[in-house]
Amino acid sequence: MYEITKKKVLANVGGARTTLMVVKAPDVARVCLPGQFVMIRVNETGERIPLTVADFDRDRGEVTIVFQEVGKTTKLLGTLEEGEFIQDFVGPLGKATPADKKYGTVVAIGGGCGSAIAYPVARAFKDAGNYLITINGARSMDFLIYRDEMKSISDEWYETTDDGSCGVHGFVTTVLADLIEKGRDIDLVFAVGPVPMMKFVAKTTESKGIHTIVSLNSIMVDGTGMCGACRVSVGGQMKFSCVDGPEFDGHQVDFDELMRRLEAYKEKEAISLEEWEKQAGGR
Amino acid sequence: MADEKPKRKRKPPTKKVPMPEQDPDVRRRNFEEVALGYTAEQAIEEAMKCLQCRNPKCISGCPVEVPIKQFVELVQEGKFVEAAMKIKETNSLPAVCGRVCPQETQCEASCIYGIRNEPIAIGRLERFVADFARQKGEDLPELPPKIGKKVAVIGCGPAGLTCAGDLILLGYDVTIFEAFHKGGGVLQYGIPEFRLPKDIVDAEIEYLQRLGVDIKYNFVIGKIRTIKELMEVDGYEAVFIGSGAGAPNFMHIEGMNLVDVFSANEFLTRVNLMKGYRFPEYDTPVNIGNKVAVIGGGNVAMDAARTSLRLGAEEVYIVYRRAREQMPARAEEIHHAEEEGVQFKLLMNPVEVLGDGAKHVIGMKCIRMELGEPDASGRRRPVPIPNSEFVLDVDMVIVAIGNSPNPIIPSTTPGLSVSKWGTIEIDEETGMTTVPGVFAGGDIVTGAATVISAMGAGKRAARGIHEYLSKN
Ligand SMILES: Cc1cc2nc3c(=O)[nH]c(=O)nc-3n(C[C@H](O)[C@H](O)[C@H](O)COP(=O)(O)OP(=O)(O)OC[C@H]3O[C@@H](n4cnc5c(N)ncnc54)[C@H](O)[C@@H]3O)c2cc1C
Ligand SMILES: Cc1cc2nc3c(=O)[nH]c(=O)nc-3n(C[C@H](O)[C@H](O)[C@H](O)COP(=O)(O)OP(=O)(O)OC[C@H]3O[C@@H](n4cnc5c(N)ncnc54)[C@H](O)[C@@H]3O)c2cc1C
Ligand code: SF4
Ligand code: SF4
Ligand code: FES
Repeated sequence: MYEITKKKVLANVGGARTTLMVVKAPDVARVCLPGQFVMIRVNETGERIPLTVADFDRDRGEVTIVFQEVGKTTKLLGTLEEGEFIQDFVGPLGKATPADKKYGTVVAIGGGCGSAIAYPVARAFKDAGNYLITINGARSMDFLIYRDEMKSISDEWYETTDDGSCGVHGFVTTVLADLIEKGRDIDLVFAVGPVPMMKFVAKTTESKGIHTIVSLNSIMVDGTGMCGACRVSVGGQMKFSCVDGPEFDGHQVDFDELMRRLEAYKEKEAISLEEWEKQAGGR
Repeated sequence: MADEKPKRKRKPPTKKVPMPEQDPDVRRRNFEEVALGYTAEQAIEEAMKCLQCRNPKCISGCPVEVPIKQFVELVQEGKFVEAAMKIKETNSLPAVCGRVCPQETQCEASCIYGIRNEPIAIGRLERFVADFARQKGEDLPELPPKIGKKVAVIGCGPAGLTCAGDLILLGYDVTIFEAFHKGGGVLQYGIPEFRLPKDIVDAEIEYLQRLGVDIKYNFVIGKIRTIKELMEVDGYEAVFIGSGAGAPNFMHIEGMNLVDVFSANEFLTRVNLMKGYRFPEYDTPVNIGNKVAVIGGGNVAMDAARTSLRLGAEEVYIVYRRAREQMPARAEEIHHAEEEGVQFKLLMNPVEVLGDGAKHVIGMKCIRMELGEPDASGRRRPVPIPNSEFVLDVDMVIVAIGNSPNPIIPSTTPGLSVSKWGTIEIDEETGMTTVPGVFAGGDIVTGAATVISAMGAGKRAARGIHEYLSKN
């Protein structure tokens, strides 16, 4: 059992919440690195789901997760309060981002909830001496999270909203394409967010051959290489996101296949959510 | 030849006392245990046939040398608890082994009574006495004084459980580190409820905990802590690696990443460990097609096929590239699968899984095979028959063609010698790896094998660890 020591709702638009939780997990906090993830199971009947390590405090033995409520499990997790417990919390899993190296100019892109996930990685790039440009994108202003955090570590900082309610009117790729067009020297792009966003980021950088790392969110069961649920095609080869990734070369990933695979349990997920809403009154 | 000796009338060969089972038509749609087990009367009747051979061959057929003759004698006398204790002298998981051992190639294969008849049903008797004793409530054996040395066991499968059990009885402090949130390894996540009820696995694990074994779940060694740290920082003086062969193999053919293609591991883990068959009461979903092809011919394939039926598939095919006699599954599982309506497509090999634009499976292209010359393993090698391709009409495919060792531990343990298949190399006598104080056994050493051989390896390593720590 893993205690929740802090909870904060970062965004709440029409019941679609993004929440931050700090969890007591000293063994994980001791060794986890930016880019890695944990598998959690909320309670005895719960599903195992992967969540990225959004931050950690080795001295306090705490790990931060940030999650967006999209279905039964994330909604159930959202009902837990400070002082309550998560049943299982396994990690750190996956490979860490190679963010402790100096590349030159790095653009770190976060879309939606991905901004929280991009944050520790971006910070590591900065700490390693890179010139850091961050692009924070969301549907509209109310969905933008981690704004101050991102701003505080960035050499250059952009925000985009699909509806123009804040920052640049457009997508993260609008800013990225603009930077590239202006002839800015970019050595590395790191992107995490919805699959279509990562796909278009990779498309944007491809012609210029800018190395682009994306963090894939495939469906997982164990997170340790034992089930193959998370397999993706990268450069025509079968890879397991949980052990070979979750980060891959964006120019090699078959995003369309990933999107299809993410829909594998759509009908069952809807049933699960419906049952949950009946039970919890739509909490 | 008038004075020819009158022919002694030989009795016709006897058969095993049949074990009551759920009716195939009923059980193919439920997850309750298929075999119901002997009654006391049936057990005694079966045991009475045992010849109590002076030189019993049965025992040498068992990888952990269960004292079969003695325990069967105790069954003859109706001393069931004593019989269970007798088995437990060498086998700590009789309720499991009685159910899942391939007896027909092990103990029962060597039974002398079996030369002319069906052999004594050793597995069924083992199962009966173990269940009997468990329901009675078992007393804990007396524990020796603590030696004051700590041993870490990685993996809570049959190998790890056995090693831990033996070490605690020798007086060591034992901690098991398990990656999942539940123990049992394949017994928990792989073998289905209808073949091995999870209550039994849980009871065996609880028994070890009552003996004082500490189990740390959610603990992936290699990620959260390395073996080196366990030894140098945490003070474990020896380590046993029993991490199994958990990584699923896929075929090198088109269509393996389609949405409705699953590894047997994923499918069975969703159903067993995560209780997906009770969705939506349990949150983990599991998909099932109308027509399911399971590729493979081992126990894993049988389990996946029979589970598919139970989840509601209309047609389930086992697609296997060799012939029936060559299927590695337990005879009983093949028999049960057939009774339940699983269809065997033998001497057939998939060459492509066909998908539609949305990456859903719409068929599986196969090629027919015939048996050629024997290969290195002595089995006749299947070779494709040219131009014999056809499309099997299926909408879901489960791949059950074997598992490889998971590389997490080898890749984080410097100095650990590993074969080209990824299995850990050990000294056959002691079970020690190339890293002093680090032992290994079970599927991580042999590749996917059997429960009882993993247990045997756990035992051997426990002895090896005891010797090693007695010297150091
Ligand atoms: C390595 C990795 C890191 C992730 N990090 C984060 C994070 O930091 N914050 C965050 O909000 N989300 C993260 N995700 C996504 C998160 O795991 C899913 O949103 C979550 O599992 C949804 O579960 P649900 O029951 O609430 O929704 P559901 O209704 O079950 O599913 C909604 C969608 O989530 C995806 N999903 C469902 N089950 C799983 C599963 N077992 N594993 C992965 N994806 C699934 C599917 O695409 C599905 O369509 C990450 C995913 C991966 C693979
Ligand atoms: C579906 C299926 C059906 C089978 N049916 C039969 C049968 O009928 N009869 C039979 O004899 N055999 C059968 N087998 C084979 C048998 O189950 C295995 O040979 C046996 O379980 C191997 O035992 P083990 O202890 O070596 O490994 P496992 O049972 O695989 O256990 C390994 C354990 O280690 C854990 N682990 C792995 N890596 C780590 C890590 N890094 N840190 C911490 N923990 C870790 C795993 O989570 C797991 O719990 C079957 C196998 C399968 C998959
Ligand atoms: S452990 Fe297995 S092989 Fe040994 S006697 Fe029991 S059933 Fe037979
Ligand atoms: S070999 Fe068969 S008949 Fe002889 S003691 Fe063993 S079980 Fe009994
Ligand atoms: S999640 Fe099971 S192999 Fe990656």
